[in-house]
Amino acid sequence: MNLNFLEFEQPIAELEAKIEELRYVGSDAEINISEEISRLQGKSRDLTESIFSNLNPWQVSQMSRHPQRPYTLDYIERIFTDFQELHGDRAFADDRAIVGGVARLDGKPVMVIGQQKGRDTTEKLKRNFAMPRPEGYRKALRLMEMAERFKMPVLTFIDTPGAYPGIDAEERGQSEAIARNLFVMSQLKTPIICTVIGEGGSGGALAIGVGDRVLMLQYGTYSVISPEGCATILWKSAEKAADAAVAMGITSERLKELGLIDEIVAEPLGGAHRDMDEMALNLKNALNENLDVLESLSLDALLDSRYERLMAYGNIEES
Amino acid sequence: MSWLKKLIPSRISTQSGQKKAVPEGIWAKCTACSAVLYRAELERNLDVCPKCDHHMRIGARRRLDIFLDEEPREEIGAEVVPVDALKFKDVKKYKDRLTQAQKATGETDALVSMMGQVQGVPLVATAFEFKFMGGSMGSVVGERFVRAVNTSLEHNIPLVCFSASGGARMQEALFSLMQMAKTSAALAKLSKQGIPFVSVLTDPTMGGVSASLAMLGDVHIAEPKALIGFAGPKVIEQTVRQTLPEGFQRSEFLQEKGAVDMVIDRRDLRDRIANLLAILTGQPAP
Repeated sequence: MNLNFLEFEQPIAELEAKIEELRYVGSDAEINISEEISRLQGKSRDLTESIFSNLNPWQVSQMSRHPQRPYTLDYIERIFTDFQELHGDRAFADDRAIVGGVARLDGKPVMVIGQQKGRDTTEKLKRNFAMPRPEGYRKALRLMEMAERFKMPVLTFIDTPGAYPGIDAEERGQSEAIARNLFVMSQLKTPIICTVIGEGGSGGALAIGVGDRVLMLQYGTYSVISPEGCATILWKSAEKAADAAVAMGITSERLKELGLIDEIVAEPLGGAHRDMDEMALNLKNALNENLDVLESLSLDALLDSRYERLMAYGNIEES
Repeated sequence: MSWLKKLIPSRISTQSGQKKAVPEGIWAKCTACSAVLYRAELERNLDVCPKCDHHMRIGARRRLDIFLDEEPREEIGAEVVPVDALKFKDVKKYKDRLTQAQKATGETDALVSMMGQVQGVPLVATAFEFKFMGGSMGSVVGERFVRAVNTSLEHNIPLVCFSASGGARMQEALFSLMQMAKTSAALAKLSKQGIPFVSVLTDPTMGGVSASLAMLGDVHIAEPKALIGFAGPKVIEQTVRQTLPEGFQRSEFLQEKGAVDMVIDRRDLRDRIANLLAILTGQPAP
């Protein structure tokens, strides 16, 4: 089994392996088999299209956590120039689960902040699997307040299983750190665009997720609890994660329908990792378009409409 | 049935079953020290054990009843009721869970708010009903909280919240998560207007409620030994594979770590909060 492909992608992996094999033979034996290769490539594309046209929420959830999926720094590198990472919360430590700093988007100064996953074991540990501690959220807050002072829009990238559930995190006020960010972001005097690039895990995601626009990559997920966690609590069995994924409605498509996100950013065929450059370009375009709209508003109009959006969340009846 | 139970004559096992049933209404048992207490006395003592001072959980309406002056009182937000927009179903339908909770508690959802006074100081007070699906925050809780905040804004009077909640309401999925943002934004507006918000953290205040409205008070008051935190102790234990320190995530621990201002006995809450609010709003002592 090819570990760079998910279980439901294995038929594609097999085809791709065959193509690789032929390529190797091709360059080695100088036999012209390019026709056969292009035939197989076409087949692989068709297969990918058919598999991806019909992903269920649980498969999307796996996509959002795909080991090859681009992470925040992959996007920062491709979308912005002059990125200068800023570190630390000025009180306790620098949490590497969140990265942030100043950069330019097509020349324009912006503040970028996002949760960062690690690619290999060492980096995963360094990034704490993108599960921030209070100091991470407080660093994010410091950068957001700086952005307000220097009139820079804030662009956040959400990709976390959730805030870190650890003894130290609780001791330093994980709850307060998250709550404070929601409080401040709701009134921050500069445009904020939040993008769920992978996993939007609960309060740990929302803590950098309050803004004027919420975008979501096509195969990202956003939920109040992980499908596994929800299944464990409500079904009393983590095996029911697929059912929980359906019931909660965690996909970009469903959340757009429900009016909980504003825009879906399309991913390349087979997912963001198949073509990071194309993905980054799609995201960059979406960010630019939304930023143009937000920057045309007066500050009062911006803050009023942000507040109205927040107040409109929920399903209620009046008796 | 285990082999041991099979061996015990049914007559004996039946007796042990009956023994547990203390006559309803007259006696109560302290959940901490197991002392058998005269219920009327316990109630006079605001559900604090007279033997060991354990603060038992109390419902939202009783909470407001023992906190507010008898007159005036006006309920806020009762017109807002839940709707199962997602048609959520796990092993049970959300709709059925709602009906069941409504029957069991007599409330339509997990938050009750009232405008009133405490020792003559006008305020809005809001309280979570833990017995209603664990005091979980869904759309109705969020909306009722916002209406409580709006009433505070409208009348320029302080807000006091008694939280008791396991966190988000999973059956409302992402709508539930967004209530964290909604309630926090409303509190930011209150704060901007210079109106005090006192958050009283009672047992338990966890998850999404702790990580939003409950931790945004100008003053944080906790009842003794209340469990307060973001992640549940079990989740933390499973994650870090360590035994949790003694008193971890309890009120006194939070005070030591700087997260709450004071730990106050339930029987003193009225006096202390009335005094505090009078100072914060520049009124003479009540």
